[in-house]
Amino acid sequence: MSNSQVQGRPVAAELDLPYRERAQGVLRGALRDVLSWRFALLVFASLVVIYPLLWVVSLAFSGQQSLQLAQDTRDMGFWAQMAALVPLPEQWSLQNFRAVLTEQPFIRWLLNSLVVAGGTTVIGLVLSCTAAYAFSRFRFPGRNRGLMLFLVSQMFPAVLMLIPLYVIVVQWLGLGNSWLGLILVYAITALPFCVWMLKGYFDTLPYEIEESALLEGASRMTIFYRIILPLARPAIAVTGLFSFMTAWNEFILASIFMDDESLYTVPVGLRFFVSDYSSEWGYFAAGSIMVSVPVILLFLALQRFLVSGLSSGAVKG
Amino acid sequence: MTGIAVASIDFKGVVKRYADSAPTLPGLDLHIRDGEFMVLVGPSGCGKSTTLRMIAGLESVTAGELLIGDRKVNDVPPKDRDVAMVFQNYALYPHMTVFENMAFGLRVRKQPESQIRTSVEAAAETLGLADLLERKPGQLSGGQCQRVALGRAMVRDPQVFLFDEPLSNLDAELRVQMRASIGRLHREFGTTSVYVTHDQIEAMTLGSRIAILNGGELMQVGTPMELYGDPDNVFVAGFMGSPPMNILPVRNLGHALENRLMHVPREGLDRFGAELLVGVRPEALCPAAEAPAHWPRLSAPVEMVETLGAEMLVHLGQDDERLVARLPGLRALTPGESLTLAFDPAALYLFDARSRQRLREVRAAVVPQPELITP
Repeated sequence: MSNSQVQGRPVAAELDLPYRERAQGVLRGALRDVLSWRFALLVFASLVVIYPLLWVVSLAFSGQQSLQLAQDTRDMGFWAQMAALVPLPEQWSLQNFRAVLTEQPFIRWLLNSLVVAGGTTVIGLVLSCTAAYAFSRFRFPGRNRGLMLFLVSQMFPAVLMLIPLYVIVVQWLGLGNSWLGLILVYAITALPFCVWMLKGYFDTLPYEIEESALLEGASRMTIFYRIILPLARPAIAVTGLFSFMTAWNEFILASIFMDDESLYTVPVGLRFFVSDYSSEWGYFAAGSIMVSVPVILLFLALQRFLVSGLSSGAVKG
Repeated sequence: MTGIAVASIDFKGVVKRYADSAPTLPGLDLHIRDGEFMVLVGPSGCGKSTTLRMIAGLESVTAGELLIGDRKVNDVPPKDRDVAMVFQNYALYPHMTVFENMAFGLRVRKQPESQIRTSVEAAAETLGLADLLERKPGQLSGGQCQRVALGRAMVRDPQVFLFDEPLSNLDAELRVQMRASIGRLHREFGTTSVYVTHDQIEAMTLGSRIAILNGGELMQVGTPMELYGDPDNVFVAGFMGSPPMNILPVRNLGHALENRLMHVPREGLDRFGAELLVGVRPEALCPAAEAPAHWPRLSAPVEMVETLGAEMLVHLGQDDERLVARLPGLRALTPGESLTLAFDPAALYLFDARSRQRLREVRAAVVPQPELITP
């Protein structure tokens, strides 16, 4: 890596060369980068990741329900076999999308997911911001132990909590089959990660800013709302995105807590396209693509907050 | 809040101790007068910042009494002390504009918006920030940031200004400029100010009085000239002045002081111990040829020469007997050659070798007249 960086950067000596030669040098450097084994490795790794996704896209837009790859290619010629590996549908169609949206309760599920993920994000952020601020700034008995407990809780597989959560949420609180139950469970399970993440960021904000505000007469709450939270926007954006995606993608808890089909979240709903009795892979693919759209949109919306360096200029050094 | 006329600050046996460690301040007694510019100076870890932060209320007082005016403030929260502080790293709110930064304290105190605008604009005008009010701190230079921090402190019209090494992050030229503006502002407003620095030049140029701290102990308090001309101990003598006073071990022969470099006949030494330290300022040394014949001589090999233009600093001696002389003009000196210097015997300071305290002779050392040494 360091090697190619050095090659790509104009070194002082190169700056003396005439423009043409310099441009050629840069081109040669770029060519060398492209032909290097590192580049090849990256391309290969990217293909490995993208290839199955391309099949999903191909299937979703094929208007059919079965994978093309399932064809028997043994009797074909070499090139035909190769062509069968390319994830392109035989004909393009939006039929799968149309069917998922109209014939299935997909929009209803999407709405459920939005409510649950949105609620999780809001509750999760409120809890984790306040908790993380306390962990970052105050010294109280049990502080270190609390942080450690949060960390330890992340070391157990999530499935382990399935039964206790079911007992607590469904049997004790009677929140089975409701948005609120799911929201609480998601917000709480995401809390340890969110708190650690935000605490790490709050730790980087200089104390002097708060001390200065304290001297100016601001209360802790004013400082938290008017100074700390605006400064922590990048971290809050990342944490919010994490909370949202945790709730958006979660399947196991949702499938156990929700009995009523009209309350399914999207991942649970999608599962029913492919079961023992039906295998509507086309619907499944189209649904999967539509599920990822809100996450992508959210990501794009939050992108400008994700750039760090907002706090530059607060203090020197 | 601003109606209280007296804003002196009193430390009465103030102790600061962090959990389970030796006290940072074992017991400080210090009186800062109303309207005074007090500079706290000392090496890092001497407790000067802690002292300042205790006045601000950002550090608790372990024992003793701290008074602002005649009010005991040990347990008064920072916001009710009516003090403003300028931090070393500016501590501006990066997401707010310069105007919002300066207005923050007033808005928190729910002052009417029109009044806030007037105060902020007046302060901005004084500090030359009028064109920058809509900028954010990220778009300002270090000097501008520090002026905003200064303005933010000024608009509140506090009883006491606190400065925690405010110029340390600025480059040399800006530092001189800002030093001048801070001095000018103090003369203009006359607010009691406490200024922490480790730079003795800042201390000398700004302070009405200077308090020198070392290891939590107050070494001496006085005007810059008192500290320079009449130090109480080796620490103060070595801290004030640049380069610092030369301190050399000598033997007390009863009628003279002697070491390998010099022999100084002197009376009234019977009262002191056998091992002493003498102090002589680099600027008190002059070439032997230009000195009166009765001045003591001192010979040592030249080690190094620093040429500063109008004058030069000559480092002489070896082992534990080293000294620096500030000599005018340029002359050719090669390292290793022996140089003979002379000094006024009255400009010699005596210290006890063990306690490192000043030994005052009946015939007190001459305090240099201010006009002789101010540049």
